[in-house]
Amino acid sequence: MLYVLKKLGVFLLTLFVISILVFIAFQIIPGDEATNILGAEATPERLEALREQLGLNEPPVTRYFNWLAGFVTGDLGFSRSYNMPVSELLAGKLGITACLTALSFVMVILISFPVGLLLARFAHSVFDRVLMLINQLVMSLPPFFIGIIFTYIFGLVFKLFTPGKFVPLNEDPLRFWGYLIFPALAIALPKSAMVVKLFRGSMVSQFGEDYVRTAFSRGNSRRRVLMHHVVRNALIPVVTFLAFTLVDIVAGSIIIEQVFAIPGIGRLLLSSISGRDLAVVQTITMIIAAIVIAVNNLADLSYKYIDPRVKFR
Amino acid sequence: MIHRRRVNTNLIAGCIITGLTVFIILVGYFWTPFDPAGMDASAINAAPGLPHLLGTDRFGRDTLSRIMQGAGATLRIAFFAVCIGAFAGTLIGGLTGYFGGILDELIMRLSDAVTAFPSVLLALVAVSIVGRGSDKLILVLGVLFIPSFARVVRGEFVKQQHRDYVKNARLMGVKDARIIFVHILPNISAVLLSSIAIGFNNAVLAEASMSFLGLGVAPTESASLGIMLKEAENSLMSAPWQALSAGFSIAILILGFSLISEGLGFNGIRSRTSKRRLRLNAENA
Repeated sequence: MLYVLKKLGVFLLTLFVISILVFIAFQIIPGDEATNILGAEATPERLEALREQLGLNEPPVTRYFNWLAGFVTGDLGFSRSYNMPVSELLAGKLGITACLTALSFVMVILISFPVGLLLARFAHSVFDRVLMLINQLVMSLPPFFIGIIFTYIFGLVFKLFTPGKFVPLNEDPLRFWGYLIFPALAIALPKSAMVVKLFRGSMVSQFGEDYVRTAFSRGNSRRRVLMHHVVRNALIPVVTFLAFTLVDIVAGSIIIEQVFAIPGIGRLLLSSISGRDLAVVQTITMIIAAIVIAVNNLADLSYKYIDPRVKFR
Repeated sequence: MIHRRRVNTNLIAGCIITGLTVFIILVGYFWTPFDPAGMDASAINAAPGLPHLLGTDRFGRDTLSRIMQGAGATLRIAFFAVCIGAFAGTLIGGLTGYFGGILDELIMRLSDAVTAFPSVLLALVAVSIVGRGSDKLILVLGVLFIPSFARVVRGEFVKQQHRDYVKNARLMGVKDARIIFVHILPNISAVLLSSIAIGFNNAVLAEASMSFLGLGVAPTESASLGIMLKEAENSLMSAPWQALSAGFSIAILILGFSLISEGLGFNGIRSRTSKRRLRLNAENA
């Protein structure tokens, strides 16, 4: 209980510090919402009037606490560039990025576990060596490059999807997922290669353990030893790495959304930074920060369930 | 039994790949087959062949020459960013690891928070503050790399603290600064070197991502691999080979550095998880 409280305290404190940092960053960047709305040729008088109207002339500390008070009570603020409340703006986009992330994460697991098992089964054979070489190459491919290749091969040559023509979920669920498959795979491929490498290495390092020899000497088949004994132990480092992978996938989706023109929070974040839309940027960073910290804590907790010897302070 | 020394294939392969690419890049600083900025109206979006080995882009600029120049720009950014990160990180990590105390605790908590965050996101916000340009990108990436270097170096310093040679040096009255830089630092050089290789790996990827998003090197400044990939994306329909040459150049650079770091015994994947385990075990004790 104390452990949970302590973690919760650190969690809230970190979010608080990050929100202050983002706020300070926005004070330093040249330009504000007023210059962005009126453009570069606006007269100083008009700029001043708009700043007064938007409340930008109040001292920074007051503005920060105004935002904080709103945020805590559930009022996320108002986006001037999109002219709608931030909560409404995010509602649609958050779901899209969440779908992309989830799909990508599922793909990582579906690809890396069978491949890792197969490679560990045939460890040190020619098959293993060749595949590990390819694996190393895939690890080095930047996701957005894979995205571009997919756009060309599946979009332009085979015409499996129309590049740049995103289909919303409520319009056609089948084509929505069909469109998301390719960006999700682009993020998932290099990540899966990393998991394959880790999983295979983790399994192979178990082969020399006493319990494996015992399992064999009791007449278990190779397959049974691998599936029933080795996998469980080999999974311990993999599960934690998957937690980091999830965080990286969220970050990767920001870039891949640009390649595939997916209207998720990544694109919104980029356009909001250039549009000096503080309320939107604050909310998105808070969401991502919350996910990152939560996932990291879950990874710590997962130890307890996989390896009961670990206790928490 | 004859004990044969295991050949470090990762390190050798990594050194060969990186050596070759660095050689090509160095040649590119003095000589390229064509002028990287020279436009040839008679060869627009030409396919790979002669005389343009990797083809041309939509302005008729030779892709191979631009890649040689662009990879140079990318590597230059990576080099200086890693220099900033490694230098400041080693200094901070060494001092906090050696002296410990409240400052150590504070700085490590801060770097925990920073390293937990996706670095692309941090770089995005940072670039929007300082603006575009390769020098600014070096600064942003360099500063972002400091915490990870500091963590690694600090961890090594904490381990070395209790070694006999450090204790002896202390007993002999050697000054702290000398123990840190002359006694301990050479002993952690292997770890530092592999982190530097990983740093290069991350820096190349970060430059490419940021320039690709239009937040890195300004296109007017010089070519860079990220910018070339972005430009190639625009003419994907008419000249798909441009994307391939730019993308694979990035991949080869990254592959070389990742093989070197692995050859030096630092598995980026495994260390990340095992460090957490160590921490948990330490908390148990």
